[in-house]
Amino acid sequence: MNPYITNTPLEVEQMLSVIGVKDLDGLFADIKPAHRPRSFDLPQGLSEYEVVRRVTALSLKNNVRVVPFIGGGYYDHYIPTAVPSLTSRGEFYTAYTPYQPECAQGTLQALFEYQSSMCALTGMEVSNASLYDGGTALYEAMMMAIRITGRHKVIMDGGVSPIYRKILKTYTHHLSYQFEETPVVHGGSSRDEIFRLLDRKTAVIILQNPNFFGTIDDLTDIIERAHQAGALAIVSVYPISLGLLKTPAEMGADIVTGEGQSLGLPLNFGGPYLGFMCARKKYIRKMPGRIVGETVDSKGRRCFVNTLQAREQHIRREKATSNICTNVSLCALQAAIFMAVVGKNGLKAMAQQNLDKAEYAKQLLSKIKGVEVKRTSPTFNEFTVHLPKDASEVISAMMAKGFAAGFALGRYYPGMERYLLVAVTEKRTKEEIDRYVKALQEVLE
Amino acid sequence: MELIFEKSIAGRKGFDFGPSDVPTHAKIPANLARREDAPLPEVSELDVVRHYTRLSQKNFSIDTHFYPLGSCTMKYNPKFTEAMARLSGFTDLHPLLAQLAGGEQWTQGALQILYELEQWMCEMTGFTNFTLQPLAGAHGELTGIMLMAAYHKSKGNTKKKYVIIPDSAHGTNPASAAVAGYETISIPSNKDGGMDIEALKAAVNDETAGLMMTVPSTYGVFEGNISEISKIIHAVDGIMYYDGANLNAVLGRCRPGDVGFDVMHINTHKTFTTPHGGGGPGSGPVGVNEKLAPFLPISRVVKRKDGVYALDYDHPNSIGYIASFYGNFGLLVRAYAYLLMLGKQGLIDTTSHAVLNANYIMRKLEPYYKICFDRICMHESVFSAANQAERGVHAIDIAKFLIDQQIHPPTVYFPISVPEAIMIEPTETESKQTMDHFIAKMIEADELSKSNPGAFKDLPRTMPVSRPDEVKAARDIKTSFFTAASPTDAI
Repeated sequence: MNPYITNTPLEVEQMLSVIGVKDLDGLFADIKPAHRPRSFDLPQGLSEYEVVRRVTALSLKNNVRVVPFIGGGYYDHYIPTAVPSLTSRGEFYTAYTPYQPECAQGTLQALFEYQSSMCALTGMEVSNASLYDGGTALYEAMMMAIRITGRHKVIMDGGVSPIYRKILKTYTHHLSYQFEETPVVHGGSSRDEIFRLLDRKTAVIILQNPNFFGTIDDLTDIIERAHQAGALAIVSVYPISLGLLKTPAEMGADIVTGEGQSLGLPLNFGGPYLGFMCARKKYIRKMPGRIVGETVDSKGRRCFVNTLQAREQHIRREKATSNICTNVSLCALQAAIFMAVVGKNGLKAMAQQNLDKAEYAKQLLSKIKGVEVKRTSPTFNEFTVHLPKDASEVISAMMAKGFAAGFALGRYYPGMERYLLVAVTEKRTKEEIDRYVKALQEVLE
Repeated sequence: MELIFEKSIAGRKGFDFGPSDVPTHAKIPANLARREDAPLPEVSELDVVRHYTRLSQKNFSIDTHFYPLGSCTMKYNPKFTEAMARLSGFTDLHPLLAQLAGGEQWTQGALQILYELEQWMCEMTGFTNFTLQPLAGAHGELTGIMLMAAYHKSKGNTKKKYVIIPDSAHGTNPASAAVAGYETISIPSNKDGGMDIEALKAAVNDETAGLMMTVPSTYGVFEGNISEISKIIHAVDGIMYYDGANLNAVLGRCRPGDVGFDVMHINTHKTFTTPHGGGGPGSGPVGVNEKLAPFLPISRVVKRKDGVYALDYDHPNSIGYIASFYGNFGLLVRAYAYLLMLGKQGLIDTTSHAVLNANYIMRKLEPYYKICFDRICMHESVFSAANQAERGVHAIDIAKFLIDQQIHPPTVYFPISVPEAIMIEPTETESKQTMDHFIAKMIEADELSKSNPGAFKDLPRTMPVSRPDEVKAARDIKTSFFTAASPTDAI
């Protein structure tokens, strides 16, 4: 089946005669018999209706009916309807990279607005037009810091997402960088250990706020010490938390990255997501990825273009700052529209509800016998709970009761099998939280 | 047009989260709180809807315009695949659910899609395994080169230093090889657009890690000497990398895995028509043969003996995590739905008509524009505006002329080895009438280049902006509403 081919048999004849070949096979004469497929055994095509029925049935095999208290850096936030409604416009999603600025001002201006909103959120001076996801953005930031400092030692806080840390290791195992991972103490950064490792060889300290355990912190002192040693500091942040939290710019960060999924993107089983990267302006020429800049046209009118392209692979080839070719334009657009709809007041209100609901859940959970809510450090909307038994068992039992209870920390932290990471967003109602706590109580009895 | 920030009115709201229904009101400790609210826009929902609707109308797109952007495969993106990707059973699925103990039971639908898509990709390309994780074509390239590196390392071969790349390659090829730690060697093309075999032989030695090749090449030419090339590379235990950017030209007609390649990537936004989104998100699955399979990234999707689909992390030789999760799942659902509909014959027909349309345009324009290679092209053809340039009209001028005709220009100045390149890829979804209109406008541009070459200077005239000052953009850098334009020096 292929209803999307429009040529009629008569037109095919006409076109073949213009080309001067007898039939469609004649167009492939350059492919010698020895190079033809040994097999091409694929299913027969289906009608649109049959495909819809089959794919819909598959979607129903995924359990999205459970009430989610699972986060780990990826959250179930509400997405105002206007957001997907606007990004569903074909003029946006069926366009390509704005190579011709005259017929792509829609995409270009929206990306400029995205960059501006990311600067508003993080307090940083510049933002690129997005990268693949939070993990790969952190890798790109680390490489950028190494390029800027010319040093090869990286100090990584243990509170940085274990998923991100695994990604960084994959990309750098062939390079002779010195990696130092510092332990987490009382849910937060180990300053003693970071300062012990910090020296004049250090390129960068990589931090995360809130960290993977949900702990929030003021990292200013660590960043100051990094700067004294001539090193840079990268902070990976959770955008919604910045409705309330001290910005990485206020803490002195040089490069800021993060996962932008919370800014109006669905969970989508892991993607497409939005990697963002902001930095001090003086580092912009060392930044990877597309950047949209403001300029004027031949008549002096304000307009927007892809700028500083001399950093990029299509010009610099093997000397480029990164091999990245695309950004995640549509996801950045989605985030820009989300930030515009929710706006200055909405973001703060949203962040406050996340905080309040998480604190409410903490209070109730700490009353369950045998459950210990880790309270040594303040948190935003996610926190760590110590259970009297294996968290994986508890999660399975809770699934049966209709809840995705959280993430089992033992998955990435050996020895933490009894720890559960619980996220509570603005979408969770009091009634859901109450039922969740009751269900957990029953499971633990 | 005003920026959304310039429409902001203090105190205006676009969205109300409603009152919190929990009795708790918490406060962030002062030393951890931001000093001022983030200065996001303060606009109504209607302001936002009008603003972004109007912005969308400033774009050319496949839904509104013919978009023959060579090498980008701007074919129609079927609407039903969008609807499939937006089913809540997919959009609301948390990726970490699958990583919990027993998590596969809650994610069977998603895992089945990933598994079947991998199987189909293997069958379409002749490879034994695929990973769907890479998040874009360039990400797939980097993954593939890392697999190459892991292979050489596993054999204790520390000599491998160079990746060979033809001069017609996309810029991502040398950049990806460099990021993975290799130096690159560029090989020229011969007069037919194929690889210069003698130059290749001269460049290959024990230090050759592999070769990256785009087939058909960015000249739109199918490389006839693949078998010989692969023998030369394999003789030094090099790896043959197939850049699948142009797979749409040969799908059903040739499988990379059958003709000597060891690894490849697919751009699902090209061949399998997932939308380009204004420049991403992309998706770049990577296929390999047995040689490289042990090194594939984790997780991998498996079908267990009991018929249950699951994630498998137990691959000690794997290069590790290359992305946070299992690929750009939303795009993979679209590709899955598209493939289900087309099936075997639909895919073969797709290839045939993509090539038919490209050749039709090439032969119709041949009397007016210099063609680079006088032979049957594949999915795209490369012209040079060299003749027009002699009259002072350059490829960029012809591009701007087309914009005024409500046609998105073809790719210009790529491949970089062709002066004044114009690269045209119509795709199979465009009608003969649309192509005839385009051809007529291209001929008109050629005529105008003779009758009044100066007329191109002010083009385009019908658009809200014309010929932006890119030098100024890079000199007086302004990339945010909040930061004044200022020059920055290279550090």
